[in-house]
Amino acid sequence: MQWVLLCTLPGFLALVWFFGWGVFINVAFATLLAVSAEALILLMRKKPIGLYLKDYSAVVTAVLLALALPPLAPWWVTTVAVLAAIVVAKHLYGGLGQNPFNPAMVGYALVLVSFPVAMTTLWTTPVPLLGAENLDSLGFLKTLQVIFLGANDLIDGYTMATPLDVYKHEISIATAEELTQKAVFGSHIAVGWEWVNLGFLAGGLVLLWRKIISWHIPAGFFAGLAVCSLVFGWDEDRYTPLHLHLFAGATMLGAFFIATDPVSAATSKLGKIYYGAGIGVLLYIIRTWGGYPDAVAFAVLLMNFAAPFLDYYTRPRTYGHRSARRGIK
Amino acid sequence: MTKSYGEIIKDGLWKNNPALVQLLGLCPLLAVTGTVVNAIGLGLATILVLLGSNIAVSMIRNYVPESVRLPAFVMIIASFVTCAELLMQAFTYELFEILGIFIPLIVTNCAILGRADAFASKNPILPAALDGLMMGLGFALVLILLGAMRELVGQGTLFSGMDLLLGPAASDWEIVVFKDYPDFLFAVLPPGAFFAMGLIIAIKNIIDARLKAAAEKKKDLVVAGSKRVRVTGSIT
Repeated sequence: MQWVLLCTLPGFLALVWFFGWGVFINVAFATLLAVSAEALILLMRKKPIGLYLKDYSAVVTAVLLALALPPLAPWWVTTVAVLAAIVVAKHLYGGLGQNPFNPAMVGYALVLVSFPVAMTTLWTTPVPLLGAENLDSLGFLKTLQVIFLGANDLIDGYTMATPLDVYKHEISIATAEELTQKAVFGSHIAVGWEWVNLGFLAGGLVLLWRKIISWHIPAGFFAGLAVCSLVFGWDEDRYTPLHLHLFAGATMLGAFFIATDPVSAATSKLGKIYYGAGIGVLLYIIRTWGGYPDAVAFAVLLMNFAAPFLDYYTRPRTYGHRSARRGIK
Repeated sequence: MTKSYGEIIKDGLWKNNPALVQLLGLCPLLAVTGTVVNAIGLGLATILVLLGSNIAVSMIRNYVPESVRLPAFVMIIASFVTCAELLMQAFTYELFEILGIFIPLIVTNCAILGRADAFASKNPILPAALDGLMMGLGFALVLILLGAMRELVGQGTLFSGMDLLLGPAASDWEIVVFKDYPDFLFAVLPPGAFFAMGLIIAIKNIIDARLKAAAEKKKDLVVAGSKRVRVTGSIT
């Protein structure tokens, strides 16, 4: 688990660099809250607290959740999300290893459904786009103030829609060429987001190299997303292109860190590929035709439902038995 | 078979509560309990229907052949639901509009047909009426509790819009518990109802378990001053 935390570092640093101190504050606050909630619940369930806290699962949940939240999300959004993740999604189902759904994504989906305004309008403008006069003004203390005291009048100049959001809603009235002139897309793919995603990609590759996760889920994920994007969304003037899908949202975080949660994912190798592919396809469908600009949480949760089913139908051949041709042989 | 009135009351309100133990009629229970006023409206309608249908079913219980009893019961229930619907339309039209399809859907509330078949068709009128009233009351109380929880968490208020049910006199009953509350949509939407319902059931089970444990303890306690009977050895 510590390796997972370590591997989120590049992406985390990129997020802090481009989107300000809010990310850092969210992660710190969520971690503190998650560990306290976990300790409290363990106390109530009469389990050894030290032993279970040392598995770092609460910290990982909190960090992944906080990385997905908007940087200026008010403290109560983070609180509700963390409590839903730790208390409801994890411990009410029986604790680590028993939860059918990814706790971090349950928390995220819950606040996304509950507080749509706070969850979609509080993404900070990437630092390179802030302009010289605003560059230093959203410092650490001011960010703290915005998050904990709700000083919303301070932040009007500092938030903007995410690139996926912009592309999805404005492509119907502009061509791809006009649209990508917008500042939010920058000169490469999308200012800030490309580095954040590259950071998570790098972290994910380390996880693969350390054999902490297997390649099946990310591979299926990317395959599902890419195939959908190439088949349905090849026309840049009508649909979000593949490079934005890969590098402008939470794709890399989802593919390497969230979809690969060993508890709630499918376990057989073939099942993992289908599971990843399902997430990729659902991600594309919800992003393109659904109401939300990004959809990692919903896609992962929906496939969590399907994981036992996938495992049932992709059971590997046991040693000494022939593979079944139809049914059980 | 015959139960005392006390048992009937206890069954309806707690031990065999239609919403918490039998888990019947969950569809309206989960769908319309967004606010207290909705819950009270539907709860009253359900009590009315349950009371009426139990009395009617009990009255005809000796004349309806076994094989056609269910259609007969459903006809009776449907008539009472129509009455309730027309009454609500006449006196609380706005609330009727809000509850919409869930008023006619009381017909399909299994709690009502269940009581008609399981109790009213086998008991005299008075116990059947009491059973209907108590089952309805048990159901309505859960509805109201659920409505209060969801309204509090979802909108930060209690008893908002009571004038829809009780007329203009109740229009200022609304209690704003949290000021500037950002609406917690999850609690207002149906998934929130499942969570709240699960919580209530869990709490009821905890209370039951505690009561049972306490009763066991009492039973095992040796009364002070009692003596054990010696069964071996010689008595001197």
